Amino acid sequence: MSGIFANKRNQLFSLKKLRNEKIDGGITEEDNSLVVCPSCKHEYTKDFIKKRLRVCPDCGFHMTVSARERIKQLADKGTFKEHNVSMSTEDPLKFPGYKNKIKDIQNTNGNKDAVITGVCNIGGHKTVISVMDSTFMMGSMGTVVGEKFTQAVEYAMSNKLPFVSVACSGGARMQEGMHSLMQMAKTSAVIEKFSKSGGFYMSILTHPTMGGVSASFATIGDIVIAEPRALIGFAGPRVIKQTINETLPKGFQRAEFQEEHGFVDMIVERKDLKKTVCRLLEYHERNED
Amino acid sequence: MEISVDNSLTAYERVKLARDPGRPKTIDFINEMFDGFMELKGDRLGREDKAIIGGIAKFHGIPVTIIGHRKGKTLEENIECNFGMPEPEGYRKAMRLMKQAEKFGRPIITFIDTPGAYPGIEAEENGQSIAIAKSIAEMSSLKVPVIAVITGEANSGGALAIAVANSIVMYENAVYSILSPEGFASILWKDAAKSDKACELMKMTASDLKKDGIIDEIIPEPEGGIQENPQEAFIMLDVILRKELRKYMKMSEDNIYKSRYKKFRKMA
Ligand SMILES: [Zn+2]
Repeated sequence: MSGIFANKRNQLFSLKKLRNEKIDGGITEEDNSLVVCPSCKHEYTKDFIKKRLRVCPDCGFHMTVSARERIKQLADKGTFKEHNVSMSTEDPLKFPGYKNKIKDIQNTNGNKDAVITGVCNIGGHKTVISVMDSTFMMGSMGTVVGEKFTQAVEYAMSNKLPFVSVACSGGARMQEGMHSLMQMAKTSAVIEKFSKSGGFYMSILTHPTMGGVSASFATIGDIVIAEPRALIGFAGPRVIKQTINETLPKGFQRAEFQEEHGFVDMIVERKDLKKTVCRLLEYHERNED
Repeated sequence: MEISVDNSLTAYERVKLARDPGRPKTIDFINEMFDGFMELKGDRLGREDKAIIGGIAKFHGIPVTIIGHRKGKTLEENIECNFGMPEPEGYRKAMRLMKQAEKFGRPIITFIDTPGAYPGIEAEENGQSIAIAKSIAEMSSLKVPVIAVITGEANSGGALAIAVANSIVMYENAVYSILSPEGFASILWKDAAKSDKACELMKMTASDLKKDGIIDEIIPEPEGGIQENPQEAFIMLDVILRKELRKYMKMSEDNIYKSRYKKFRKMA
């Protein structure tokens, strides 16, 4: 018993430390180029906005965060170990122009595809993490995203670790056709298996989480968190508008709409995200020793 | 009678055949191939979605659960079943009936024929995404055999939601794709009119999908499609269904689950 309490004391200590830790968005080099808020159009220097986790200080808009930067925001410093770094698509359909397009994006983006997975500590809790990158082909899910995600969940399952996913995707990747659609089945099936094994899965929905990603692993977490105003839905607003020939209601498919309709547990501002994730990880600790 | 797969048709021509209003619908397969179908309705959460039909019938003396997309034959019928485009309630009904089949140890046979899940305001309000996601996830873990038959057009997550099966059988001129060719063309080239070009690139025909390991069996069709000789099409499906069911009904519950899981785990 005393072991358990000592353990808890250490965790409380690390949580307290985390609360006092300055969140700086993982800034290392100075960059004074300008960034425009897509919502209110105010201009800021890149450093300034990065330090504020890319949330506009004027209108509160949560701007896009790359997967690397998101991991820096969530993981304890220096703890992230990436898995499957070099996995790259085999272009299953031999889709015209796709391979070259991917190469170009890989060169400018620095990542091989639209998800980064690995293991890290979050507030001292060892956690498997999967973070999608909307700067890579709109974060679309093809074979690489599906496979890396699935292997990450399998790693969590065999090591009895919690699993946190940050979704950010326009949906399934068109250029990989049915192979992309099958990733919906693969990722949902592994989540179902993980869930039945008692694993804890927290899904964080960020702007945007649509189509094949929202209709598979992203919406079926034990806990589902959304960032403010993130667009979350199955069909894109443009498609719906075309189909029904009506204007869409204000706030349609936004995080707040999803919360109101019962599909997310809570909306969490980015500045509170790490704290929230950390607390939920603590509540779901498995005491097996 | 031997009919072989005809390789001369383009994917675009097959899309047109798959959508032909005269092509047999889920209800025809049910009425012609099964005995004593009893329709079971409702999601038990507040609504009945007619875009999905479900129920119990006998197949060669064995009770089976049947679930499929419902398309109509007339405009009135199509309006009633929303042209085979389900809303979340349809998927929730499907899930309910699948769980029920599992409880009573009944094999499940699904018929896939849909332009996709319905893109509408209410569908989003009621959780189209999670309804599909849950249907996929729960189907993946069922302990009874599931055979999916792709009879017409099968588009996107709206089709996959009831197609996570041990064995996937597809008619020669049916098509199965990530999105409608029109949607595909409008996403990639901002031009829905280029859908014929999209068809050729999407690898959506039965023979392409069999090569890629996404489906398991192809049922050949007579020239002009199933509608030219529906009885023949029913008989060929009957033979395959019996063969597949015999195979899976010999397996333990655990192996039924595992073989399905492995099949989708391998999809790359
Ligand atoms: Zn702003």
